[in-house]
Amino acid sequence: MDFDKALELFEPVLGFEVHVELGTATKMFSDAPNPAAFGAVAAEPNTQITPVDLGLPGSLPVVNEQAVRYSISLGLALGCSIAESSRFARKNYFYPDLAKNYQISQFDEPIAYDGSVEVELSDGRSFTIEIERAHMEEDAGKLTHVGGATGRIQGAEYSLVDYNRAGVPLVEIVTKMITGAEKDAPELAKAYVSAIRDIVVALGISEARMERGNLRCDANISLSPRGSGTLGTRTETKNVNSLRSVERAIRYEIQRQAAILAAGGTIIQETRHWHEDTGVTSAGRPKSDADDYRYFPEPDLLPVVPGAALIEELRAALPEAPSLRRRRLKEAWGFTDLEFQDVLNSNLLVEVEQTVAEGASPAQARKWWTGEIARVANEREVEPGSLVSPEHVSELIALIESGDLTDRLARQVLEGVIAGEGAPHHVVDARGLKVVSDDGALIAAIDEALAAQPDVLEKIRDGKVQAAGAVIGAVMKAMRGQADAARVRELVLERAQQ
Amino acid sequence: MSLIHLSAAELGEKLASGEVSSVEVTRAHLDRIAAVDTDVHAFLHVNAAALETAAAVDAKRAAGEQLGELAGVPIAIKDVLCTLGMPSTAGSRILEGWVPPYDATVVARLRAADLVPLGKTNMDEFAMGSSTEHSAYGPTHNPWDLDRIPGGSGGGSAAAVAAFEAPIALGSDTGGSIRQPAAVTGSVGVKPTYGSVSRYGAIALASSLDQVGPVSRTVLDAALVHDVIGGWDPRDSTSLKDEWPSFAQAAREGARQESLAGLRIGVVKQLDAPGFQAGVSQRFHEALELLASAGAEIVEVSAPNFEYAVAAYYLILPAEASSNLAKFDSVRFGLRVNPAGGGTVEDVMAATREAGFGPEVKRRIILGTYALSAGYYDAYYGSAQKVRTLIQRDFSAAFAEADVLVSPSAPTTAFRLGEKLNDPLAMYLNDVTTIPANLAGIPGMGLPIGLAPEDGLPVGIQLMAPARADDRLYRLGATLERLLEQKWGHTLLSQAPDLAQSEMYAAETGAV
Repeated sequence: MDFDKALELFEPVLGFEVHVELGTATKMFSDAPNPAAFGAVAAEPNTQITPVDLGLPGSLPVVNEQAVRYSISLGLALGCSIAESSRFARKNYFYPDLAKNYQISQFDEPIAYDGSVEVELSDGRSFTIEIERAHMEEDAGKLTHVGGATGRIQGAEYSLVDYNRAGVPLVEIVTKMITGAEKDAPELAKAYVSAIRDIVVALGISEARMERGNLRCDANISLSPRGSGTLGTRTETKNVNSLRSVERAIRYEIQRQAAILAAGGTIIQETRHWHEDTGVTSAGRPKSDADDYRYFPEPDLLPVVPGAALIEELRAALPEAPSLRRRRLKEAWGFTDLEFQDVLNSNLLVEVEQTVAEGASPAQARKWWTGEIARVANEREVEPGSLVSPEHVSELIALIESGDLTDRLARQVLEGVIAGEGAPHHVVDARGLKVVSDDGALIAAIDEALAAQPDVLEKIRDGKVQAAGAVIGAVMKAMRGQADAARVRELVLERAQQ
Repeated sequence: MSLIHLSAAELGEKLASGEVSSVEVTRAHLDRIAAVDTDVHAFLHVNAAALETAAAVDAKRAAGEQLGELAGVPIAIKDVLCTLGMPSTAGSRILEGWVPPYDATVVARLRAADLVPLGKTNMDEFAMGSSTEHSAYGPTHNPWDLDRIPGGSGGGSAAAVAAFEAPIALGSDTGGSIRQPAAVTGSVGVKPTYGSVSRYGAIALASSLDQVGPVSRTVLDAALVHDVIGGWDPRDSTSLKDEWPSFAQAAREGARQESLAGLRIGVVKQLDAPGFQAGVSQRFHEALELLASAGAEIVEVSAPNFEYAVAAYYLILPAEASSNLAKFDSVRFGLRVNPAGGGTVEDVMAATREAGFGPEVKRRIILGTYALSAGYYDAYYGSAQKVRTLIQRDFSAAFAEADVLVSPSAPTTAFRLGEKLNDPLAMYLNDVTTIPANLAGIPGMGLPIGLAPEDGLPVGIQLMAPARADDRLYRLGATLERLLEQKWGHTLLSQAPDLAQSEMYAAETGAV
């Protein structure tokens, strides 16, 4: 069903569960290397494991203290209360990727609860999303189903299990029910996940790369018939691995459910799998509220009692909230919505901020980072920030503003800086790229050019000012580009007046 | 006296003085195992590397290395403990032949202290039972009467020391699995304070109740073993960071102690029940008189909530066990049974668990799964945890009136093999005296106090101390042990039938 039509008939109700893999050096409950650690590179299957991760008989979990600190920081950044005492619980279910056939998670006593996140839509409106809880848990291993047509377990001949991911520390952030998003629901979903990613990145607790599964979103969606005041049956869409997918998946699921409901059908409570390639969701396993995980307190672990001092230490160390920071910077730089969005979308906020801090004007900093530098980065398929430092960009901009470099020359200097030839002023010296600001030299070059094209002065005097272009071009060529074209033009026009 | 009849402490002295070598001591015990274990069946696995290990310890000693008191002394290890180089099955078919890639912390500590692992001892499957009859590998027989149970779940460890196949052993105690076998075999066993000995590498039955502890023939030997295996382990989050006193020193002080004046010994009214076997009660009260005659003040204490202990225990234990045993699914280790005609991974898991678990294990998994189910959790698991709190309070109140609490270790002497196998409730009730200590996390010791007049089988007393006061058990236990042996003029186990003799006799008469 058409999206607008769906919205006419139904009100979407959303809820999100975002899993964040923490970038600690070791796993949640063992000393195995964490494949989600900062800077970790992919390892051979089943090489990052200990008896604990395999759930071998006799093995016992031990809580990773750093993961607890990260979780508390995340809870605080989400505006949550931190539990004086929280407890791990066992979530019991049989699945071959779950080594112990129970997952150590938190159930009725999560480490963080009752928070909220400010989310901004692209038109600048902001929306508050209430956080129900954030709790710690361990990730499961990874199954690869071989032999089936779909890569799913159904129809597979056999499955391979890689337990490297088993025990990776996770924080699961659960929102309260979100109503009132209306037609913005898909965008809000994307903005929410994006906001969580920004927070996690600002805290430095996860690489937060969705394509690697560092950040995963499960989206609960139901439709409530307008005016009915009743909630619909929800589905939980999993495997949504990019911001764009979050938006598309919500839009698709709203349309799918609306079509079924409008045709008199009923929604089955189930998990749904998002397919990035085809842009649809497909049915997963049925999920009822009565799923019985037989939760009980994990007897192998003591309650987590962080103490007020630690919580306050972590609170004091919190970075500025990304939403507040963005608002502050946009205002300070005087950017339009579009200009600021340009910086955000290019993921260059930090680079621009640091360049401005080095003394460059915000407008120039934005222009260079989102322009030439981003272009080169795109060509080379690297991050812009890896090409050149904010300090050097700032120096380059200063050289332009002082008139020592034209934009064209600056691009050549930048090329030299990127090539590792040193700071901009070194490149200027080494390549001899400075603007020729000596009028005498310019006039000599102009005279020479005019001698070759004697009719130009006459044309200018006849009012055909654009004829100056030919001379300017010749002069710039003679000066090997190291002249300020505007000054050359001024001098040519002056000659014509004589 | 032959080497096998010496205590670990005595062997340690002879080894230290160079009078005997570890190879000699180890060989003597291996010979004994070869001679009697066909009848006793205390061992599931005998360590092929034992003599090699013993030789290495002898070499260390010859090189002048400073060694621990038990260096070179052989020890048997309950099969619930993970051991490098030896299968660790927990008495279950589902782990048949499984050799762990790591040592339990307690085993690593034994090796670090140069003890010589003799092998792995039989037990009820996953420590579920009070008779060792639930072992997938056949029962262990009581050295006092081969037709009777050696207790359980650690019947193998208790029988091994009682049959002089090993001077000392490790056990594990979830509801009495060290103390009850000690009682019915006339040996000594200690369940330490919960958290004082690492559980890392002990195949879990009920995580909040399990505790590894020593099995021996003397109080001092138990203390020496406890000193080696105890103390904080960073791999076990529930292990305590306390500094512990030397339990061996406490035992030695206790053995020298002439008077018990000033010591208040509390008899738990609810554990001195009229339903207990007459000879058990009789020997228990005689032991109390002996303690009183040494100057101890005997007081009666009441623990009204103990009557709910067995019921609470049989909710908490199966609940935790149902979850702990979920990992036995054939995917990563152990038995795998492929159902005829193939099937899904769930089918393989189900077929494996069907074939790999015995009936008692299945019974408790079903019980625990039910107790944790949504809608029943509060009524069962939740209520049981409340009972647990009440029992802890009963203990606190009792310890305000007494320094040490006492009860018979078990309500009866060793019953006959098969007698209670088809009556799980009767089997469960055999642990009525030992379960409260596990629920409260406090330490308990079982030691022999005589033979019941009606059947000539060993009777044990249980001593209990407040959490962290394990030293009190060793001090009082050693005093009582000395008082009894002075009174008898011998050790209790010296009265046990000579198994090698009976075997020889049986062989002569053509019965073997």
